[in-house]
This record gives sequence, structure tokens and C-alpha cells, in this order.
Amino acid sequence: MKIPITYNMRNLVERRGTTIMTALGIGLTVSVLLAVLALVNGLQTAFKSSGNPLHVLVMRKGSTSELVSNFTRQQYNDLKFKPGIARRGEEPMVSLEMVMVINLPRIDAPEGANVTLRGLSPIGFAMREELKLRTGRLFQEGRREVVVGKAIAERFPDARLGGMLKFGRGTWEVVGILDGGQSAFNSEIFADLNQVSSDYNRSEVLSSALVRATDSVAVQALINDLSADTRLNVKAILEKEYFESQTDSAAPIQFLGIFVSIIMAVGSCFAAMNTMYAAVARRSKEIGTLRVLGFSRGSILASFFLEALALSALGGILGVVLVLPLNNITTGIGSFVTFSEIAFNFEVSPPIMAAGVGFALIVGALGGLFPAGNAARKEILVALKESE
Amino acid sequence: MRYLSLIAKNALRNKRRSILTICSIAASLCLLGVLFAIYNAFYLSGDDSDAKSLRLVTRNKVSLTVPMPYYYGAQIGGIPGVKAVAVSQWFGGTYKDERDQNNFFARFAVEPEAWFQVRPDFVLPEEQKKAFIAERTACMLGKRLADRLAVKVGDRLTLKGDIFPGDYEFTVRAIYTGVEDDETMFFQLKYLFESLPAGRRDFAGTFTILVDSLENVEKVQRAVDARYENASVQTRTETESQFAMSFLSFLGNVKLFLLSICGAVTFTILLVSANTMAMSVRERVREVGVLKTLGFSSGAVLWIIMAEAAFISLLGGVLGCLLASVLCIGVRSASFFQQLRNLSLEPHVALVCLGVAAVIGLVSSYIPARAAARTGILDALRYTG
Repeated sequence: MKIPITYNMRNLVERRGTTIMTALGIGLTVSVLLAVLALVNGLQTAFKSSGNPLHVLVMRKGSTSELVSNFTRQQYNDLKFKPGIARRGEEPMVSLEMVMVINLPRIDAPEGANVTLRGLSPIGFAMREELKLRTGRLFQEGRREVVVGKAIAERFPDARLGGMLKFGRGTWEVVGILDGGQSAFNSEIFADLNQVSSDYNRSEVLSSALVRATDSVAVQALINDLSADTRLNVKAILEKEYFESQTDSAAPIQFLGIFVSIIMAVGSCFAAMNTMYAAVARRSKEIGTLRVLGFSRGSILASFFLEALALSALGGILGVVLVLPLNNITTGIGSFVTFSEIAFNFEVSPPIMAAGVGFALIVGALGGLFPAGNAARKEILVALKESE
Repeated sequence: MRYLSLIAKNALRNKRRSILTICSIAASLCLLGVLFAIYNAFYLSGDDSDAKSLRLVTRNKVSLTVPMPYYYGAQIGGIPGVKAVAVSQWFGGTYKDERDQNNFFARFAVEPEAWFQVRPDFVLPEEQKKAFIAERTACMLGKRLADRLAVKVGDRLTLKGDIFPGDYEFTVRAIYTGVEDDETMFFQLKYLFESLPAGRRDFAGTFTILVDSLENVEKVQRAVDARYENASVQTRTETESQFAMSFLSFLGNVKLFLLSICGAVTFTILLVSANTMAMSVRERVREVGVLKTLGFSSGAVLWIIMAEAAFISLLGGVLGCLLASVLCIGVRSASFFQQLRNLSLEPHVALVCLGVAAVIGLVSSYIPARAAARTGILDALRYTG
């Protein structure tokens, strides 16, 4: 026979001060964990929604990122007419690009943060269909003009529309703002390839090429073809893979966050145990009475265990509520692949919320097991006689 | 003070509850201790050694990844107050299989003689130093790195360049210790330049500047940047610890992250402690009545209860600090940041933790203690819990 759950609920309400304090303790633990998970999740979303499955990124062999890669105009000319490359009209969809990092002051980091600057030609824009011009216009070829991703415009005062950036051999005007959906391109600055490369004396040696394959079957063939070409001597990978490899950037924060939440969970576990032991001690007489009424030891155990779970579930929900305001707040993290910062939003998704409540329940279960066992083991007569 | 034994007895009366509370507070305070230690290592220490605070690092204003002209080095050397200047250039590249994290380490091309002038803290045998300086393809590894890669003096190793394409062969001629960062490889800038086409040589990633005296540090810092204010390549000069911090800001807003976790942890301890004290006071209302009958004033009762809470949370604090110092050793060995390589729970950090513990004990017990102290004798004696 089971003891009705309302008995436990009423007890939690009766001792609401203790209940709330214990639940809030668990809730804070959960919210620390969730904040970190939401951060990592947001970063993953940003990288996962970047890149086109038909795109192949071509870098020099041995390069781990576009920043350290070298790619010459000669290689570009050799690559352009490979089979399996899509065309726009007559023009092969191959974008020769130059990637650099520039340092811009930010409101909360006056010492500056690193930002990716990408020099490209109009075909490069045409290939990145996710990039939509939000305000202003595209840069003109042969002029010192840039367009910036929306996250750059929001986070860096110098990069607002009409702002002036100083790098290369002069100042560059921000003439447009791009919206790249959730992609990592929101955190990049774009300028005319020829202008950037001549400013840095790199007209011949650029960074990389982005290639679009005709269809999904051709992609793998193209990658194999390019990788095997000893004259080109390049490394070809899926653009999507390149972005996904960068999700490691959040690893240190993720590690620290999980470490912190586990230790906090140990603390909360002891606190929950304390609360439940007190609950058992206070209700000693009630336990005796329940036993006299014919409830078994098993049902007493189940009852107190459920009460601990209910208490921690409340904590888990509180934790989720505490962390919800973080949703969609923008933050930035540096990637050691691009050596620059990527902006993204915290993302408190339903699986994350579920993970939080699950985590709380584990804490409650560990904290509730011993006190519940203690309640179940009580002898009827002793329990009835206990003064408190 | 004379109530000390009463307080201790009270605190240990319900052993299970006290132990659970102490454990709970210990877990939280251990965390707080580690976080404080990290915060301390990142933001509050750093400028401890004189040689370190005498050093400045100059980079290209556009970003660290864009080089500066090599001849800036000689010009900076001429600025009054500058004792020595050394060029260093990040090499990148890969060693063996790039996918194995173990094969990742920092590689810098330097001019050995100048480097040892600005970094007198590198410790290595004199003959190794000479051998490194003398040989064009020699390289020098940090002790920890050499152990990790299992190489010793005389071994050869090959790097595959990416920024600077080609295969580079080196012979290990020196192994250094003595500095926080002993997981770096250094080799001759000359070797790098010679392998590059003529038009692409003669650049510098950063200049490390040794200033002659502490008073001149700021002056030199400003003078260097002012020197190139109107040049085509401008510079940004920072102290060595500011330069190291710029890598930290890379991880996002670490300061806010640490502070908000500390806040959450502190608040959690407050809750745990308040909860326990409320429970234990509730059980003892009758005793308060007895104490008052014996002539204890309300104030004394208030203090006895608050001191009991402080006693319990201090015990938790001591245990937490012990755990924290063990955890610091763990963080030290698993850390990417050189600021954390020597992480330890310094005495003043431990004291702050204990202070937090005591304050939390007092604050958390104030409300239940005051309620108990205010209860009238008769009500207290009649109280049935």
C-alpha cells in the first residue's frame, strides 16, 4: 500500500522556509551548470549553422586554419577548372580569399579583442547565400571600404555603420552591415580582396579558396581529387567540418563549469540530506502511526524518498527559471583556430532544461536515500515514544 | 570567551547534522577557495618579480598576428631607458601528427643572445646556452616539454611549417627551466629567415623590451608607441603581464564568469547555514528559556547562538581550505594558462575564505538567534517544538 503523495506535498508546504532554502540551494547549483551548458550549446549552434554542405575549403597542406594557410593565385588558377565545380553562368564558383586578424577595442574590453578580416571578391558573397545585407551597401572594389557582420556592429563601437577602422595602409569606412543568421560570419569583417592584399603586400600569396561542388555526390570526389593532386599540394575539407572543429573553443569554460557544478552538487547533496534527516526526526511519531496503520517499511521508504525527489525537482525548476533570463544574451569566446572572437547567443534549449532537472533529481536521490532508509528502519514503539 | 565550551558542546550535540552541515559548507568553500586562488593568480598577482615587471612586450597595433618591420628592434633599442630588445616570431606549424594534442606546443623563432639578455630568468647550463647560440639549426626546449616529447639534448626533431611553408629540421641543444612557461620551443630566427624568399624576410612578431629601472617602465611604454604613432605600421606596447592577460580575455568574460560563480556559491552556503541554524534553534527554544532563567541576558543568548553558527561554518571553512589546496595542485597540472601553473592557496586567500565562512555563519544565524533571544522566558519554557 502506498502512502499518498499529498502527504509529502503538505509536509513540504508546512515547512516552507526550510523547503525553499534547500530547493534554492539546489537551484543555484543547477543554474551554474545550465549557464555553462547554454553557453556551449549556443556556440555549437553558431558553428553548426555555418558553412554549406556543398562547400569545400582549400588550404595549403599542413594548415590547421585559414589564418596560417598560404594559397597563391597560381594555385587558384590551376584549381578553377577542376571537374565537379559548380558555375554561376560561365564563372566557376571558386572564391579566392585572404584572412587576417585585426584588433578592435570593445566596450567591455578597451584593450581590444581580435576579429577576423576576410578579403574576398563578389563571387565569395554570392556563394555565401546566408549572408544578407541588412543596412547600407556592399563595399566597392578598389576602395578602402568594409562590410561587417551584425555581431561586430553591435559589439564594437568603431565598427558601426559609417565608422572608420584603421589597418593596412589607411582607414577603411564601414559601409554596410550583414546578417548571417546564426552563423559565425556574423563575427567577421569583409573587404575587397585586391585592396586588402595590396595593403599587406600579399597580392600573390593569399590564404585559402572556397569551392562549391555541383552536387552532394561531387563533393567527396572533389575533395579526393584536390587532396591527391601533388602539384596543387593542398588540403581540402568540407567547410562544415572546418567550423565544427572549432567548437572545441568552449572546452576550457565547459570543463571549469562542470567541475564547479559537481562540487556544488556535493554541497547541495549534504544540505538536502540534512533537511530530510530533520524531516524524518520531526515526524518520528507520524512514522510510528503510519506503521501502526499498516503501512509497510517499504512504503515509508518510498514516501520519504519521493519527498526528497519532489524537493529537488522544485530546486531543479527554480534553477531553470533562474537561468532563463540568460537566453539569447550575446557573448563572445575566442577561438584558437581563427585566433579571433566569435559572438553567439546563450541558448537554454529544452534538452538543457531537462538535463538541469535531471541533475537536481540525482542530487535529491543521493541526499534522500539515507534519511528515507533511516525512517523505514525505525521500530514502531521507539518511533511513537520519541519526543520530537 | 568563557562560553566557549558551551558553544562547542552545542555545536556538536546533533553530530549527524553538524557533520552534514560542515561537509556541505566545506564543499562550497573548497570551491570558493579554488576560484579565489584562480582569480588571485589572474588578476591580483603577476607583477611579483622585479625582472618581470621590467619587461614590456611590443606588438603590431592591428593585431598580434600581423608582423612589424624587423628594423623597429634597433630603433627601440635606441630609446632612452631601454636596456635590451629581443625579437620573437611565432612559428606555428605542426609536429608529427597534428591531431594528437600532445604534439601541440608553442614554437618561437628568436635571436638567442638577445633573448637571454631580456630573459635572464631562463636557467640552463652555460655550455648548452653556448651550443644553442652557436648552431644555426639548434633549438631549445622547456624541461616539461622535453619530458612530454621524450627528447633529450642531441636529439633531432622536424617541424612542418604552415605560415612559413617547408620542413624545418632541428637539433636539441639546450633544455631550460626556471620560468613559469617551460613548455615552449625556441630556435634561431636566422634559420627561419634564411629559408624564406628574400622579399619575405626581416619581420618581427613581437619585441620583448627590458627596461633599465622600474621608474622608466611607463615612460618607455609610451615612448615606443609614440615613436610609431605616424608610421605606416603602428605598435602597441604592454607590460608582460598585461600581454599575458590579453590571451585570457580570449576565453570570453572570465572575470564575470568567476565572480558570478563565486556569488552563487556564497549564496548557497548562506542558505545551507541559515537552514541548519534555523533547525537547531527551533529544537532548543526551551533551553533558551532555561538559560534565561539562570540569568543569561538576551544579548548573551544571541551571541551564544551566533557564535555556534560561526564555529560550525569555520570548521567547514578549514576543511574546505584543505580540500582547496589539494584541488589547486590538480588545476596546476591540467592547466593551459601559464598564470595557473603555480596555482596554490596562498595564506591570504585562505584567510579571506575563512573570513567569508565566519561572516556567513554570523549572518545566517542572526534571524533565528534573534527570534530565540527575544522569546519570553515563560513562552520558551512552555514551547513544545
